Amino acid sequence: MKHARIAWAGAIHEAVESDGELLLTRSPWAGQRLKFDEVVWLPPLAPVPQARTVLALGLNYADHAKELAFKAPEEPLVFVKGEASLIGHKAITRRPQGVTYMHYECELAVVIGRTAKNVKKEDAYDHVGGYTVANDYAIRDYLENWYRPNFRVKNRDTCTPIGPWLVDAKDIHDQYGSPQNLSLQTTVNGKVTQSGHTRDMIFDVPTLIEYFSAFMTLQPGDLILTGTPDGVVNCNVGDVIVTRIEGVGDLINTLGE
Amino acid sequence: MNKMNPSGTNDARFWPQGTVYGALLNFQQEWNLRAPQMTEAPYKGAPQAPVLFIKTANTYTASGVCIAIPDGVAEVDIGANLAWVMGADAKPVGCVLVNDVSIPHESYYRPPVKYKCIDGFLGVGAKACPIAQVNTDAVVLTVKVNGKEVQRVNYADTVRKSQTLLSDISEFMTFQEGDVLLLGSDCLPDGKRPRAKVGDVVEISADGFDTLVNTFVGGAA
Repeated sequence: MKHARIAWAGAIHEAVESDGELLLTRSPWAGQRLKFDEVVWLPPLAPVPQARTVLALGLNYADHAKELAFKAPEEPLVFVKGEASLIGHKAITRRPQGVTYMHYECELAVVIGRTAKNVKKEDAYDHVGGYTVANDYAIRDYLENWYRPNFRVKNRDTCTPIGPWLVDAKDIHDQYGSPQNLSLQTTVNGKVTQSGHTRDMIFDVPTLIEYFSAFMTLQPGDLILTGTPDGVVNCNVGDVIVTRIEGVGDLINTLGE
Repeated sequence: MNKMNPSGTNDARFWPQGTVYGALLNFQQEWNLRAPQMTEAPYKGAPQAPVLFIKTANTYTASGVCIAIPDGVAEVDIGANLAWVMGADAKPVGCVLVNDVSIPHESYYRPPVKYKCIDGFLGVGAKACPIAQVNTDAVVLTVKVNGKEVQRVNYADTVRKSQTLLSDISEFMTFQEGDVLLLGSDCLPDGKRPRAKVGDVVEISADGFDTLVNTFVGGAA
């Protein structure tokens, strides 16, 4: 099932995808059907009781690592983002005036479903609740070699669109075998600029869950953004960027001033 | 709602409600010690924007509760910090003492997740002081290990004074109500931080604050 979190009629609602529409699932609007363009899309994540841990990978695709002139890392290159950088589907991300290189990063996002501590690879999928699409924008003008990628590049307000759907892990595993069997694609104003495949991840989802859960306990709702493949290009104000992952969703974002 | 003390009672424990951010290299002493290397690889220049990190929720440990040092790690850095608790308008509403525990790491090139985001690695003071009662840039922390003073940290010695730090961070991100900002931890004259090993009792205190106490134990896998 594909789950969404939306604002409509003065309140926030849980919804699921049903025959190309949104179906509200809870009282007092259970059964209400809505068109996709009738609602405001929020990140498809239920609130959590403590700060959500948002882990993001750098250089996790062999081709992207090559593109950026680094050798592939021997262990995951990970940074942490604040939840406040997340925004929903069909939202506006702000491009600062005067920057020269702001690019999208289409990433498979893993949503933890069950507390994960010292999890072995072979059990890792038991701890995944679902998958969604993240666009982990970066502004390379601000890149500095201190705790790189630094927060001014990667923890900016509005710069992490996520959604539209949280797809149940079981659906992806049943239909595709694993999350390592999905194509990724980004279009800018309808033109394909990035194509890749999750099979090319250097550290796959089970490896990442084993690696992180060995020293940090992950809680339901925590996120792992698994990195982006080759093909990032500068985008400008007004550009419409669609990051798409097979079976997971098409995440639309527009750059604004 | 008062995020520092949601129950509204005076004896409620402080607990981080939002994301905990920390500032690296915010003391003049550490900056000066590292300045000769800043222009060299891999840094290739002194940092321009504040250098930040996040202490994830799995790290939060209440005062009085033990912090486990992972197997194979002999000692950890004690990162005594004064921290701001942010209010709804992204301005500080309170102050709290924290211990940003780290596995010692020399390089500041890559994000320090595997050194700083280990389960239990943030000691959190039991109470937050209202911001009006604190002159942030004049606070002096005392760090003791097993009762012996090992460090004094004076916030007069910061690179970015607290309001400047907040203003420079706010250029690119907005603090949410309940977020916490660690204003920096200083090193010792040799460039290292005070260390704790299994069995040590670490106390961080300052006038007007509840002392933060954590005992370090072994056995974390």
